[in-house]
Amino acid sequence: MLGMTRKDAMMLAIVAIVALLAPFILNPFPVDSGFAQFNAGYPDLMQRFAIFGIFAIGFNILFGLTGYLSFGHAAFLGVGSYAAIWMMKLLTTNILPGMVMGIIVAGLFALVVGFISLRRSGIYFAILTLAFAQMSYALAYSVLTPITGGETGLQLKLNDARVLDAPLAPGERADANLFGIDMTSSYDLIVGGWQFTFNAGYYIAAVVLVLAFYLSIRIFRSPFGMMLRAIKSNNTRMTYTGLNARPYALAAFVISGMYAGLAGGLMVAMDTQVGPERMFWTASGEVVLMTILGGAGTLIGPVLGAGLIKYMENIISKINSSILHEWFYWMPDGLEDFVITLIYPFVGKGWHLTLGIVFMLVVIFLPGGLVEGGQRIKRLFESKKARKTSDQTTPAE
Amino acid sequence: MSKSNFTRRSLLKTSAVAGVGLAAPTIFTASSASAFANDPTDSSTVTLGFNVPQSGPYADEGADELRAYQLAVEHLNGGGDGGMMQTFSSKALQGNGIMGKKVEFVTGDTQTKSDAARASAKSMIEKDGAVMITGGSSSGVAVAVQALCQEAGIIFMAGLTHANDTTGKDRKANGFRHFFNSWQSGAALAPVLTKAYGTDRKAYHLTADYNWGYTTEEAVRNSTEALGWETVNAVKTPLTQTDFSAYITPVLQSDADVLVLNHYGNNMVNSLTNAVQFGLRDKMVNDKKFEIVVPLYSELMARGAGKNVAGIFGSQNWDWKLQKQLGDRFVGTDAFVQSFGEKYGFPPSQAAHTCYVQTLLYADAVERAGSFAPCAIVEALEGFEFDGLGNGPTLYRAEDHQCFKDVVVVRGKENPENEFDLVEIVEVTPAEQVTYAPDSPEFGGTAATLGQCNDGA
Repeated sequence: MLGMTRKDAMMLAIVAIVALLAPFILNPFPVDSGFAQFNAGYPDLMQRFAIFGIFAIGFNILFGLTGYLSFGHAAFLGVGSYAAIWMMKLLTTNILPGMVMGIIVAGLFALVVGFISLRRSGIYFAILTLAFAQMSYALAYSVLTPITGGETGLQLKLNDARVLDAPLAPGERADANLFGIDMTSSYDLIVGGWQFTFNAGYYIAAVVLVLAFYLSIRIFRSPFGMMLRAIKSNNTRMTYTGLNARPYALAAFVISGMYAGLAGGLMVAMDTQVGPERMFWTASGEVVLMTILGGAGTLIGPVLGAGLIKYMENIISKINSSILHEWFYWMPDGLEDFVITLIYPFVGKGWHLTLGIVFMLVVIFLPGGLVEGGQRIKRLFESKKARKTSDQTTPAE
Repeated sequence: MSKSNFTRRSLLKTSAVAGVGLAAPTIFTASSASAFANDPTDSSTVTLGFNVPQSGPYADEGADELRAYQLAVEHLNGGGDGGMMQTFSSKALQGNGIMGKKVEFVTGDTQTKSDAARASAKSMIEKDGAVMITGGSSSGVAVAVQALCQEAGIIFMAGLTHANDTTGKDRKANGFRHFFNSWQSGAALAPVLTKAYGTDRKAYHLTADYNWGYTTEEAVRNSTEALGWETVNAVKTPLTQTDFSAYITPVLQSDADVLVLNHYGNNMVNSLTNAVQFGLRDKMVNDKKFEIVVPLYSELMARGAGKNVAGIFGSQNWDWKLQKQLGDRFVGTDAFVQSFGEKYGFPPSQAAHTCYVQTLLYADAVERAGSFAPCAIVEALEGFEFDGLGNGPTLYRAEDHQCFKDVVVVRGKENPENEFDLVEIVEVTPAEQVTYAPDSPEFGGTAATLGQCNDGA
């Protein structure tokens, strides 16, 4: 189906269904319950899941397939964002031209960076890309202030040019839209104590995510993808067989940069603002973490990793000591304080610590990431089933 | 071969599906019944969002801001001794929450990054139903979150942000700033500097290479040059610089006799320490003693730089010793310092003060407007004159939503008694001297507009 095997088509269908039903899946708790803290089904976070999912899928095409570890991918995200917001300032608040321009500019930038960086491999490649990203960050932060807005970044303004748009009516604001559908418009469905928010921006991001996922499946299964895997397994042997590997690696680098540009363009579409921190090296490190946490080289892993990190950043970081006191108020006083002292370092501003521990546990016990965890559980069930059947029939050998 | 079974049941099914399909586009235009975003009318509580840096370079400031916010909430709900609510010139606040609704709050970590700050503010608005967002410890973050609140139809009460842009070219109808700005620092410092050091000085600027640095350098340059100083050179330093020796050496070789450090946070701590280590403060140039100036001072920075701050001039929004030393013009200061000190055991920083004041001002505006609707609050705050919040008589100017009040000029103490008493108040520059036209070129000129206030929803 659509050039995919049955198994891949199943996986794409599952991703599409999960994306469609995300408002229900992410809001499992009633609004007034104590667990509402853990609900993640509000528009901004759902959009972020989709956007960082795309970013990580793109990164995985480079890192998962060719093994080249880019430590500067956030630069492409940032460049894409700047390109997109300029399109929205100069041309139209419709998000399409911005997103297309984000992909193109990020792709061109990736071509330049990749052409230089891919002359080296391993740690040298990682350092080169990191240097490019930090350079872009520093330029955006200070030297290029007229273009990037410096520290305060760029936003849509009432007096932007917007050549293609009709002038704003008094009191009207310039909002990001797709042919008139406002990205921020939402519909709240209230069922009993539950509230489910359906947001236009999220669904647009989700459609793009499914398309990006489909494209990544096709790349993984293509002869081109096979060539990329060959680079990862033994680059030297490839060279000895007379193949020049660098054009393939460069193509993968550019594709992955374009994915990042798309994610950057979407970020601007959902939230019309860009700041240079988007290109800081910690942002580049984050996408590496996402990919490894989910499972590098697997199709669905990066999306899972992106979801987990964004969930922790936005949900765990908001648990403060007064919320903990609310949770444990039923305990005797001394015990309550003791339990809270134990938990407090891991929530709120300590979410980095929790993330670090989870990352260590995954790398040590599940080197293949969350996907490997899923496979192990699946195998556990299958082997049980297999044992049951083996009681009845004797194997041939 | 296809077979069509067109029964009554399948027709019903098909039309139901079609109906849902047709209805789908309208769900994107539907909105809730309330007149404005996060209307708390039906609820017995109201939620405020405190969005401060809990990690990153300004985590210390963020922690102090959070303390102040928690104290403000306690006072609004009638707990504690009421703090500045007793001295505040407006008596609308009763200590029964805001309009009888108990005040609750949510907190978030901005990480001093605009993206993270906006994500955190958005979750407060979309998930927790916050009616007001406040906080921030850097102008980039404040400008980003202010724009977000404008789009979402929520009130933004800026915390610590000093760059001109927040109420200059990036001003927004839904955003308000109580803290002073770069231009006011320059205007307040220049007369004091010329009085202390004379009018024929040659200044050398080291400026952090980003927006806040540029506006601060411009402000100090313009106001000192107007009084006779000459600017020898202005050098931009990277924000991530930790060792400034390479930048200090050329200062020694120039014939400058004043060094202005347009740095903040760790930048300032490091550059000042370097400058003092190079013996700049013991140098004589042009038969005058070499001097160092730091335009924006903070207690937390002074603590970091230790004894190096001795004798160095700078400006502050507020200081906890104001009322003790300069009398009842600054009424409210003692009340705040006392309730803060009782709760936490040490005096508050200026970041804590501005955050506490912003929370009270918001609550008071809601009471006076009789509504949580953002546009009603904007109307109540615009042109609002008040007193008793520690800064003397203050005006919230309608044109740009900037507070106008006295600016405190301070100097590092030569022999501090303890780690909270590192600066002494030299002079207080009256509000008239630090007032500027709302359309002055440093603040975006005539192109800068607040736009329309946004009620959201």
